[in-house]
Amino acid sequence: MEKIPILRMGEFLLVTIQVDMHDRLALALQDDLTSRISETGARGVLIDISSLDIVDSFIGRMLGNIAAMSRVLDAETVVVGMRPAVAITLVELGMSLPGVRTALNVDAGMELLRASVNGNKETLYGSRFD
Amino acid sequence: MASIVNQKTSSLASILEQHGEEIRSEWMREMSVSTRRSDLIKDSEVQAQCSRFIQLLTQAVSVAGVNFQSGAYDAMRDMLNDISRSRAVQGFSPKETATFVFSMKRPFFTAIREELSKDAAAMAQELWNATELLDSLGLYTIDAYLKSREEVIRRQQEEMLELSTPVVKLWDGILALPLIGTLDSARTQVVMESLLESIVQTNSRVAIIDITGVPTVDTVVAQHLLKTVTAARLMGADCIISGVRPQIAQTIVHLGINLLDVTTKATMSDAFGLALQKSGYTFIRRQSNKSNKGTMTGDEE
Repeated sequence: MEKIPILRMGEFLLVTIQVDMHDRLALALQDDLTSRISETGARGVLIDISSLDIVDSFIGRMLGNIAAMSRVLDAETVVVGMRPAVAITLVELGMSLPGVRTALNVDAGMELLRASVNGNKETLYGSRFD
Repeated sequence: MASIVNQKTSSLASILEQHGEEIRSEWMREMSVSTRRSDLIKDSEVQAQCSRFIQLLTQAVSVAGVNFQSGAYDAMRDMLNDISRSRAVQGFSPKETATFVFSMKRPFFTAIREELSKDAAAMAQELWNATELLDSLGLYTIDAYLKSREEVIRRQQEEMLELSTPVVKLWDGILALPLIGTLDSARTQVVMESLLESIVQTNSRVAIIDITGVPTVDTVVAQHLLKTVTAARLMGADCIISGVRPQIAQTIVHLGINLLDVTTKATMSDAFGLALQKSGYTFIRRQSNKSNKGTMTGDEE
């Protein structure tokens, strides 16, 4: 069975989806990713869907679920590179993915992750020194 | 009696053939009384149209009688289509266009009366046939006129759709979409697609949707706007809605539309300021002792 690779980059995990997502693959990714987050103690997850051109409500929901699960495991999720057609489809399906952070490309996504992780650290230290 | 029946179908044709010239000149006079528009169309053109009309009618009647549905009337129909289209473009009203055909009735009837004055029954029959035929020709003209008008309207709508969705790049990473006119589903679709495509192409993080030119905002329009904003957010771009007029702000609140998740600004310049701030730019006015002329300088943080 094919698998979607999960790459580790420092304190972040990088997932690039380059094949058509079917439901089993999506569920497998959900499993893999959550276990990798807890193994590595990652602070952020970046999911690149720039080569995904077909989505359905299941995939949409899965993206939302992954973001929610990562948050429970204390990791931020950023979805990057969504295509216009995919965005329109999700909106028409009524899925605005409220809990998911988004960015235009991997670059912007990494920046966003770093900013949010650093921001968290600062508030953490801030509260400690207060 | 059989000969009379044969006569019936062909008598209209023979009347047209014999009295064609007469009918044409009478017809021209008739039109000059009722609806001649010498400001819109030349006399010679009308004359040519009349001659052609009578010629085609004579041919069609001699082949197919007064059966307008028959294939023999194809050339006639083509001509009426052409006339209707050109009249619609020239600015004739539907009434004036149809009168072109209906005003032929009087000279045509006069000719029939002259020819069949001895046989009252045949005359009544032919008059009825001629009325029916000219009525269907006239109604066909109106039909064609309306069709060509609708075509014009549809083309204009399409042109408007293309004209009204420009996406403007204001700054590196900042796009503006000035919306003009009423938003319906079809337009929203076009607007949404062109905005999202431009976001990808220019790698823009902020998009400003300016609704100064949108006359009214109702629940449907608001929903379309929200959809566009949500789609842009999914792609990783922020949307700011600007140009909200006081009346529109009141309408939005009265209708109970929830725009709380969307950044809104009163003017495009406010929105642009916010967009620059979000992208990390600050602007300072250069202090100068020698001249009081202020210049703008961009400074990236």
